[in-house]
Amino acid sequence: MTFNVEKIRQDFPILQRKVNGYPLVYFDNAATSQKPQAVIDCMVDYYSHYNANIHRGVHTLSQEATDAYEAARRKIQKHFQILHPEEVIFTSGTTHGINLVAHGFANFLKKGDEVLVSALEHHSNIVPWQMLCEKTGAILKVIPMNEAGELVMDAFEALLSEKTQLVFINHVSNALGTINPIAEIIDKAHAKGAAVLVDGAQSCAHEKPNLAELDVDFYVTSAHKMCGPTGVGILYGKKQWLEKLPPYQGGGEMIKEVTFEKTTYAELPHKFEAGTPNICGGIAFGAAVDYLNSIGFDEIEAYEKELLHYATQELLKIEGLKIYGTSKKKTSVVSFNIKDIHPYDIGTIVDKLGIAVRTGHHCAQPVMQFYKIPGTVRASFSFYNTKEEIDKLVEAVKKAKSMLS
Amino acid sequence: MSISQIQEEIIEEFSLFDDWMDKYEHLIEMGKSLPIIEENLKTEDKLIKGCQSKVWLHAELKEGKVVYTADSDAIITKGIIAVLIRVFSHQAPEHIVEANTQFIDEIGLKEHLSPTRANGLVSMIKQMKLYAVAFQAQIDN
Repeated sequence: MTFNVEKIRQDFPILQRKVNGYPLVYFDNAATSQKPQAVIDCMVDYYSHYNANIHRGVHTLSQEATDAYEAARRKIQKHFQILHPEEVIFTSGTTHGINLVAHGFANFLKKGDEVLVSALEHHSNIVPWQMLCEKTGAILKVIPMNEAGELVMDAFEALLSEKTQLVFINHVSNALGTINPIAEIIDKAHAKGAAVLVDGAQSCAHEKPNLAELDVDFYVTSAHKMCGPTGVGILYGKKQWLEKLPPYQGGGEMIKEVTFEKTTYAELPHKFEAGTPNICGGIAFGAAVDYLNSIGFDEIEAYEKELLHYATQELLKIEGLKIYGTSKKKTSVVSFNIKDIHPYDIGTIVDKLGIAVRTGHHCAQPVMQFYKIPGTVRASFSFYNTKEEIDKLVEAVKKAKSMLS
Repeated sequence: MSISQIQEEIIEEFSLFDDWMDKYEHLIEMGKSLPIIEENLKTEDKLIKGCQSKVWLHAELKEGKVVYTADSDAIITKGIIAVLIRVFSHQAPEHIVEANTQFIDEIGLKEHLSPTRANGLVSMIKQMKLYAVAFQAQIDN
């Protein structure tokens, strides 16, 4: 199948709209992806035809909703190549999943234990571990990065020891797009007896991970990064870990038996799914996974690589433009600045021309501190973007440069 | 001139541009003429904290009038604060406290009022008014 971007663009109604009088050019895909009609229809269909609370009612609607929700769980299980469906915990998103694991690890850590995080992390990936370390007396250590925005693997190995209990790493850096060598990190951490949690929020829209083969202990991601709705995501955990971890929130659904003396917790995955979940979101997450697979991840990866290469080449023709994050292994993200111009100013001007980019520190202040910059302009591309749109970005950046210099 | 007279003047000035680009060029020019805060006053407590660009704002009371100086690391932000300083600086605190800021809409900079522009107009206006309130209290005592 040849990659027909014009046909794909028709699946996304939002791409038809204009912003500030110009056709929208959406290059903020690393923040959230746009939604195809198939996902939107799935949500409308749920609320129009079988909205009901799940896992409790004996009535038909409740059973239909439960079936659809559990079918979505199995789709997601299959997509991420997870061994058992009960290892897929629906969450409200990546941050929720991280906090769930961090909360549970408070029971396993003691003073002097160590937790490793990378210098490339998003704030949501740093703060929960700082809180965990404050609570337990464990020590948070940071795997450093180099000028290209890659993790320094020698330093990682030097930091690893028998004291290391947990390594936390994003698969892809949100600020720079660097793809981290997670397979190697997992193997090396396991060799020292440490568990590994991978944040897949920035990678799951670009490649299909094989979690069973990776042998990762925990994996978290959000549906909205991969064409699904906001407010839903998953935590994958190896069964033996999930059984050990205490429940995060108390409530309905997560219990087996309640008396005032004692509550028995439900089996996996319900132990971690207290309360009425985002039913519609979960089902639509399944629809998003179906949609992406219908396009094909190999095709997506190849096409996005082409976009990244083209954007890098064209943007670098602008004098004074510097790209941050130059690892050979990158997703389709270009983070840049122009000499003596604040990224906020560039973002404001290109927005006026209908182009959505992200400006600022991308919630990754430590990365910005490393480069000693206040922030960057970040253009992140998806498979529904085109080279013509990149041309528009280049023209807009040139215009901004001439206005702002 | 009173605050509302200056606002009228600015509205008229911006109405000459029909194209957003000219409007922004004008804003950028205004940013370049901003009465810059002295380097030694660019301290943490003068910083209006936000997610995007940095803004330092300083105010003094001179002969019963508030005099503002400011700076920012982003030029469009500087332009916005230059507009505000032109409106509020050298005015009596009570007039600053009472002033409405409707004129922002009329000059077409409304998008900077959005709460997502963390360093937008809202927090700057709030900080300017806070200074005025403090000076007002000082005068009343």
